[in-house]
Amino acid sequence: TAVNEALHEALESDGKAVVFGEDVGFGGVFRCTTGLAERFGRDRVFNTPLCEQGIVGFGVGLAAMGHRAIAEVQFADYIFPAMDQLVNEAAKYRYRSGGQWDCGGLTVRAPCGAVGHGGHYHSQSPEAYFTHTPGLKVVVPSGPREAKGLLLASIRDPNPVVFFEPKMMYRTSVEDVPEGDYELPLGEARVVREGSDATLVGWGPQVKVLVAAAKELEETDGAQCEVIDLRTLLPWDYETVCASVSKTGRLVVSHEASFTGGFGAEIAAFVSERCFLRLESPPVRVCGQDTPFPGHAHEPLFLPTQQKVVEAVRSSIGY
Amino acid sequence: LARALRPRAARGLAAAAGALDVELNVPFMAHKIDPPGQTVQTSKEELLGFFRTMFQMRRMEIAADMLYKGKFIRGFCHLYDGQEAVATGMEAAITKEDAIITSYRDHCTHVGRGGTVLEVMAELLGRVDGCSKGIGGSMHMYKRDAEFYGGNGIVGAQVPLGAGIAFQQKYSGKPNVTFALYGDGAANQGQGFEALNIAALWDLPVVYVCENNHYGMGTAEWRAAKQPAYYTRGDYVPGLRIDGMDVLAVKEGVAFAKKHALEHGPIVLEMDTYRYHGHSMSDPGSTYRTRDEISGIRQERDPIERVRKLLLDRDLASAKELKAIEKEVKAEIDQAVEGAKKSPEPGLDYLTKNIYRATIESTVKGTRHGLVYDAV
Repeated sequence: TAVNEALHEALESDGKAVVFGEDVGFGGVFRCTTGLAERFGRDRVFNTPLCEQGIVGFGVGLAAMGHRAIAEVQFADYIFPAMDQLVNEAAKYRYRSGGQWDCGGLTVRAPCGAVGHGGHYHSQSPEAYFTHTPGLKVVVPSGPREAKGLLLASIRDPNPVVFFEPKMMYRTSVEDVPEGDYELPLGEARVVREGSDATLVGWGPQVKVLVAAAKELEETDGAQCEVIDLRTLLPWDYETVCASVSKTGRLVVSHEASFTGGFGAEIAAFVSERCFLRLESPPVRVCGQDTPFPGHAHEPLFLPTQQKVVEAVRSSIGY
Repeated sequence: LARALRPRAARGLAAAAGALDVELNVPFMAHKIDPPGQTVQTSKEELLGFFRTMFQMRRMEIAADMLYKGKFIRGFCHLYDGQEAVATGMEAAITKEDAIITSYRDHCTHVGRGGTVLEVMAELLGRVDGCSKGIGGSMHMYKRDAEFYGGNGIVGAQVPLGAGIAFQQKYSGKPNVTFALYGDGAANQGQGFEALNIAALWDLPVVYVCENNHYGMGTAEWRAAKQPAYYTRGDYVPGLRIDGMDVLAVKEGVAFAKKHALEHGPIVLEMDTYRYHGHSMSDPGSTYRTRDEISGIRQERDPIERVRKLLLDRDLASAKELKAIEKEVKAEIDQAVEGAKKSPEPGLDYLTKNIYRATIESTVKGTRHGLVYDAV
């Protein structure tokens, strides 16, 4: 997988990089760490017991000593015991020590997002909790090519990064991934599709949904939508988004995570202020419902489907 | 002194009622406490009950396996077959006023608490006749009227909850205890140690039960724990290691623990048990253990076969009688499966039910336009 390739490159290029987490030794539950232990040895790729807070805290310490500590949390739904270590320790280490220490080498990877049958605890997208934490960076790739480049950039970025990998894409996303070492810049969004009628902003698995919605709108309504893959949520590329909205006059943000307090709210608020006079219609968010992530029977009702996105764009254009 | 002499009259009465004494094979191992005796009193009736219940649990889990492979059950499904003696033996030593809270491997625990196979099956299929209305799924089965607090997806989360439940029991002066069950993998979660300290500090009537099936998903206990003798990990809290494949040992150990918890406070039990299936239906269970190991346990320590042998060896039941029980149970399971398949999925209105509680007359408005949370 692309993530696997990135990890191989990361460990190859930096002798002080280590990978650890539950079951990473045999390759991990999503095969992301396949071959690493065999190639780089068990003192660089090792399993941890089942203790997220301990894993991340350990990672913070290791990173403080100059290592690239690549910690894996098996599912993003399990990241919460580690919240304190991320928010209070990792994010504030450099700040509170007046720059003497930092854990910039820390990267915490976790599979996130809906997968059709994940239910309450194997489907969550918790990125919003972390975007509220200055000192961290939050990155969500939208496909394999993106994942490899962004992961390498995240690992090498001199700041602690939380890297959410949409688990749906481990198996379903097939793309040509460039061989070798390459990075994609953090803090820069990617314009996936150009258009002048509306700006659709998303990240991770939702980007595909936005592209499909854009195609549908082009066919049925003749509308040209610009689709932006935000890639990095913290810090997010407001320049690209604002430039786009200044052109189109309409913003639709879409993410799987719940509506209230989701990261879409931040984008909508910021753009409303910055681009007020350029807006033709109010910025709109198409998101997961304000409920816990439901069981399979209700998952389609919960998610921001293509249909919901299309309707939202249509009503923005027709405002 | 472990083997107390029983009063003659009681023994006579017990003998008349078909009572018998059984010597346990595996000695209890104790940490900072004197262990209970190795002789357990039981009866033909009790043993037949154990046989039936464990066989029912076994067939239920096997049915779940088939339904999963047939894609009737989706998502995550963690089976308990092999561990039946723990759920069954525990129930024999406690009442439905004692509380149980456990992990996601909870189907049989639910049945042990008095739940029906139908409501387990329907829940697994995500149907409205399930014990959690089809919303909870495999990992979230509950039974309020039997003090069963579930069914928890997040590893280890249930342990501090157990301390809280126990606090309530002590606070209201009930002669009851709480059993908080967790696995060998979960034993390394920090919150477990926090719960242990709290319970010991406040003398809470909680029994922490580590169901040690020796593998945390695919990780053997010795790879995850510096000290895999989980019954000693309470340190200042006493502990007991019990042969979890022996329903009578479980009954004895749990009765002992309940008494201790009521009189003194927390105690840790380690059940030496084994699961035949992998961690979940996504795990074949054979990449980290040998097939010989699995079949070896099945041959030598299977909890159901052990009781069968006891019943047959002591002439308490005939092979024919046991076969009849098996047949009856299989029919019951089949019926439950059919019933579950017929049950409808929970309505779409269930998406917003039970998120918040509102007063009877009103509803809670979500902050999203048009999204309204129901009162119940």
